[in-house]
Amino acid sequence: MNIVVCIKQVPDTKGGVKFNPDGTLDRAAMLAIMNPDDKAGLEAALRIKDETGAKVTVLTMGLPKADAVLREALAMGADDAILVTDRVLGGADTWATSTTIAGALRNLEYDLIITGRQAIDGDTAQVGPQIAEHLGLPVISYAEEIKIEGDSVIVKRQYEDRYHELKAKMPCLITALSELNEPRYMTPGGIFDAFDKEVTVWGRADLKDVDDSDLGLKGSPTKIAKASDKVAKGAGEKVNLDPTESVAYLMGKFKEKHII
Amino acid sequence: MDFSLDKKHEMARSLFKEFAEAEVKPLAQETDETEAFPMETVKKMQKYGFMGIPVPKEYGGQGCDPLTYIMCVEELSKVCATTGVIVSAHTSLCIDPILTYGTEEQKQKYVVPLASGEKIGAFGLTEPGAGTDAQGCQTKAVLDGDEWVLNGSKCFITNGKVADVYIVIAVTSVTEDKRGRKKKNFSAFIVDKGAPGFSFGTKEKKMGIRGSSTYELIFEDCRIPKENLLGPEGKGFPIAMHTLDGGRIGIAAQALGIAEGALERAVAYTKERKQFGRSIAQQQNTQFKLADMAARIEAAQLLVYKAAMAKATQKVYSVEAAKAKLFAAETAMAVTTEVVQLFGGYGYIREYDVERMMRDAKITEIYEGTSEVQRMVISGALLK
Repeated sequence: MNIVVCIKQVPDTKGGVKFNPDGTLDRAAMLAIMNPDDKAGLEAALRIKDETGAKVTVLTMGLPKADAVLREALAMGADDAILVTDRVLGGADTWATSTTIAGALRNLEYDLIITGRQAIDGDTAQVGPQIAEHLGLPVISYAEEIKIEGDSVIVKRQYEDRYHELKAKMPCLITALSELNEPRYMTPGGIFDAFDKEVTVWGRADLKDVDDSDLGLKGSPTKIAKASDKVAKGAGEKVNLDPTESVAYLMGKFKEKHII
Repeated sequence: MDFSLDKKHEMARSLFKEFAEAEVKPLAQETDETEAFPMETVKKMQKYGFMGIPVPKEYGGQGCDPLTYIMCVEELSKVCATTGVIVSAHTSLCIDPILTYGTEEQKQKYVVPLASGEKIGAFGLTEPGAGTDAQGCQTKAVLDGDEWVLNGSKCFITNGKVADVYIVIAVTSVTEDKRGRKKKNFSAFIVDKGAPGFSFGTKEKKMGIRGSSTYELIFEDCRIPKENLLGPEGKGFPIAMHTLDGGRIGIAAQALGIAEGALERAVAYTKERKQFGRSIAQQQNTQFKLADMAARIEAAQLLVYKAAMAKATQKVYSVEAAKAKLFAAETAMAVTTEVVQLFGGYGYIREYDVERMMRDAKITEIYEGTSEVQRMVISGALLK
């Protein structure tokens, strides 16, 4: 069984977000980490590997420095790593990204593709399902549990208020939630091995069945008008009143603020 | 000369840091208070290969170098010195001598389960009457048929009761030189827990590193197989000394970690703590103290890493190890004492980690060779 996990190097937003003057993320000023949902997807794949001996390949599209998350994935136990990087692929939105990744995946044999639900830098949750669409695969998003049964996968899909249990024949694509599992740590020996391994590097020429017009900044229909950090709101006020008093209190506040 | 770590060492450090913050730090205070050996943490470290970092893969280890192992002890000790010394004693004092002096059979039998962490290791040299003067050891071993029979006791043994495998140094013969002076000849042995006649004495109640299991080992006609002699008969003393050279780098890393951990907390605290209308970090007294500590810690780190590299590349590294341990241990003591001072009253209460760190730091000036012994080693080489 072959599993491909698509991962992304993202800025660590734990320490706050920093922007360039032009509104784009100042990635250099922020620590780069493996996107948490993707890491859960990788862990899910590695657990399937532990059980079935599946081969796990990790794939990322990004700058050459995204090599670091591939090495991390190898150090956790992935077998192979592919970096898709090319100047012409830069500035891609979700459409151009999914087109690129699908173009790379067409070179590979896979039974299962796992992506994270969404990346903490863009938060679109579009790339995974779009890849499936490009490749004509069934997709199950928001996976909180993944089981392999013969040539099918059974996935517990999370909704806001309920779960769906879905079964799909492989090949298919699953998008993983970080709640799926607790990703393992790397091992020291795994790290040493990861740096002895070769990471396959692909460029534009290696992408299969894609049009230049669908790639990079030029191929991106999304235009970002403005990006900014969240402005912190002031602390709210807590009051403990019975229903009649609270209505009167609220009405008073609304009037005070000229809302009504 | 490049002082920066390469990418794999950087990544290894980030792994140890992440593990220490998430898995070890939350338990550090409880481990100190309850004096309970952190077995759950050890099991996690076992799972991720931390118990056999510098051991070749063919013996079940991670196949990394001494520097990687040293960084592991350092990062663990930043948050919990008990956890740091568990790894250090296990790796440097038990696995390392078997790897260095053991037969292929001994390596297969002992190093493989030790490196995987399935078994825990310990080392016994010190005796009630023989600390710095290790030549004063009384524990004897006599060959009786196919077995060695050990009699005597060892004290202050780290990983004492939790270990499964012990390296024990004992007198195997006494010879006289030409002038009629008696000389003890020592040998090293591998003793399994559960060997007949091997038992434990009292658990020591310590000032610091209180979660580490420190016990007396008692040998009363303890019988072990003949093949458990480690290295040649009569070579126990050089084996012990060489083992301690390696162990000292581990303890130096522990001391370094304690100092770094204390400084990190001081930086955070002094920025928050306000006196006379501003944070104490804005007072020059604090700034100068922090600067001195940072400079001293970096010097200690360079010595410790240099010693780790010497262990990787040189046969003999006694002086490098002694310098690293001496300087790092005294740095840990000085820095933690200063940090407690910066914390004021809050530094003296147990709620804050720095009180524990100051108690933990003290042992690094004592065990695996006191600071005085390190000075003897260093000056001995200078005056040779």
